[in-house]
Amino acid sequence: MNPGELQAPDIEWSALSPSLIVFTAAVLGVLVEAFVPRRSRYVAEVVLSALALAGAFAAVVVLASGGHATSEAQIAGMGSLAVDGPALFLQGVIVLVGLVSVFLFAERRLEPAAHGAAVDSFAAQPAAVPGGQAEQEAVRAGHTTTEIFPLLLFAVGGMLLFPAANDLLVLFIALEVLSLPLYLLCALARRRRLLSQEAAVKYFLLGAFASAFLLFGIAMLYGYAGSLSYARIGDVVRGEPSALDPGLAGTMGNDALLLIGGAMILVGLLFKVGAVPFHMWTPDVYQGAPTPVTGFMAAATKVAAFGAILRLLYVVLPGLRWDWEPVLWGVAIASMVAGAVIAITQTDVKRLLAYSSIAHAGFILSGVVAVSEDGVSSVLFYLGAYSFVTLGAFAVVTLVRDAGGEATHLSKWAGLGRRSPLLASVFALFLLAFAGIPLTSGFAGKFAVFRAAADAGAMGLVIVGVIASAIAAFFYVRVIVLMFFSEPKAEGPSVVIPSPLTMSVVALAAAVTVVLGVAPQYFLDLASQAGVFVR
Amino acid sequence: MNPQNYLYLAALLFTLGASGVLLRRNAIVVFMCIELMLNAANLALVTFSRMHGNLDGQIMAFFVMVVAAAEVVVGLAIIVMVYRSRHSASVDDASLMKL
Repeated sequence: MNPGELQAPDIEWSALSPSLIVFTAAVLGVLVEAFVPRRSRYVAEVVLSALALAGAFAAVVVLASGGHATSEAQIAGMGSLAVDGPALFLQGVIVLVGLVSVFLFAERRLEPAAHGAAVDSFAAQPAAVPGGQAEQEAVRAGHTTTEIFPLLLFAVGGMLLFPAANDLLVLFIALEVLSLPLYLLCALARRRRLLSQEAAVKYFLLGAFASAFLLFGIAMLYGYAGSLSYARIGDVVRGEPSALDPGLAGTMGNDALLLIGGAMILVGLLFKVGAVPFHMWTPDVYQGAPTPVTGFMAAATKVAAFGAILRLLYVVLPGLRWDWEPVLWGVAIASMVAGAVIAITQTDVKRLLAYSSIAHAGFILSGVVAVSEDGVSSVLFYLGAYSFVTLGAFAVVTLVRDAGGEATHLSKWAGLGRRSPLLASVFALFLLAFAGIPLTSGFAGKFAVFRAAADAGAMGLVIVGVIASAIAAFFYVRVIVLMFFSEPKAEGPSVVIPSPLTMSVVALAAAVTVVLGVAPQYFLDLASQAGVFVR
Repeated sequence: MNPQNYLYLAALLFTLGASGVLLRRNAIVVFMCIELMLNAANLALVTFSRMHGNLDGQIMAFFVMVVAAAEVVVGLAIIVMVYRSRHSASVDDASLMKL
């Protein structure tokens, strides 16, 4: 090759098809916003998003059944993206969660119609001052923010790349592509707009702060290894002779670069999963964001970020295992205990679920610490089970409403079980799954994670985990008792009958919770086949 | 000149940015400090690129600039929106959700 002559990159288009489909649809969604008349945008966006995500899921299934998850696992896109078991499994979960979230976003029967036009739970005109002239005009005109659908698709696209990223550049880009739309989505609530805006500004500032840490960590690791590719950095960390490039003489022996770099990247990723001590944003953002967005964010971001953590620790930094293991032990224990204990004092359903998600981050981390194939597959299974329970729980929260919108204060949920037994029972099912009661998906997931941790010799972690689960079970059961065994208040909230969109979300989440709890074996097998990272 | 000095400068700028984020109260200033942290990382990337004699770090720096620009678009939109509804950009005032 002559110097100066560029070699055309060799891209495996079919292996990357899930994320390509989603990004194409996201760009088309932006064009729909620009060119389709306002009254038909909603239908166009919903159909486009749902079709794209269903297509992406089909692509994931085709790739997995073609053996890309096991024997045909490969590194695609000039070494930048992995197509292997964990990546495909998590991409499948994320795409399904995204598809179901589209239904939640598209729900238009909950809010009372504004001047004859059915509206969703997103602001009529997000740029208008709350309560101001411009907002009233927008509401009167029946405007809705249909931009939420392309934003959702971009976020899903970033999440698809995040667990598959096989070099640090793609890791950073994927992080930003998934985060930036989420910051905006948080700010778009129709009711309680000040809270929503506050959530957005907090999430944005703290998220950008965390990603700056991640970026500086990337710079340090690049300095240590002289490359951004995961495989190459992994070789240098292990000290493989083939990786000893004379150009690295200046930095190779400098463990400070490696340790600081690895730690800072972990800070950035642990922020995204909301593990203690990087959890401070979680309750505020979960509470302030519009509930459909909270459900999507709580379920899908966690899946994507844990995928990225697993790949980083198992592919890039296995040589540093003795350094990061104790740190993650500490983070896991702190998350489980702090999440469970602080949740007891909460009086708001969404904040309660936020602290419960912090505790769950700790449970999942104890599977990550196991450093074994079982550990990986148990984490994959847990993530799949947890994300649907979360989505279902937040979908139920959108239905319990009073005159001021969603009634999220726990005292208002008193006696809900007498007023609408079906909805309260479904919510109780989700809470029991969070608590890890047998015959729900939560039990199967927790059992798998703790068994992997125990097999790897982390008995201490398992004991703390079980105690934290018991503490957590206390406040889940307290909510159930409140719903079924206390008198309903006269001016309590009512349960709105939603359109088939939200109904299907709740039904699917409940079905997944029960199926994964009663007959988890097929999915456990699926996860254990998907437990090997390609290098 | 020894390229290591640029690394010390990058670390210094990063620390300045991080302490600014933690100490300052105006959302715009906090955001500027975050940008300073990103640019410190850029300086480190370019310096390492020069030390290793490959271009990966410089390419990464280009991507970071693009990402930083996108972040400004999103961030300023959010901050201006909050300012318009509260007439204040102080991060201390955003405390409706304190327990």
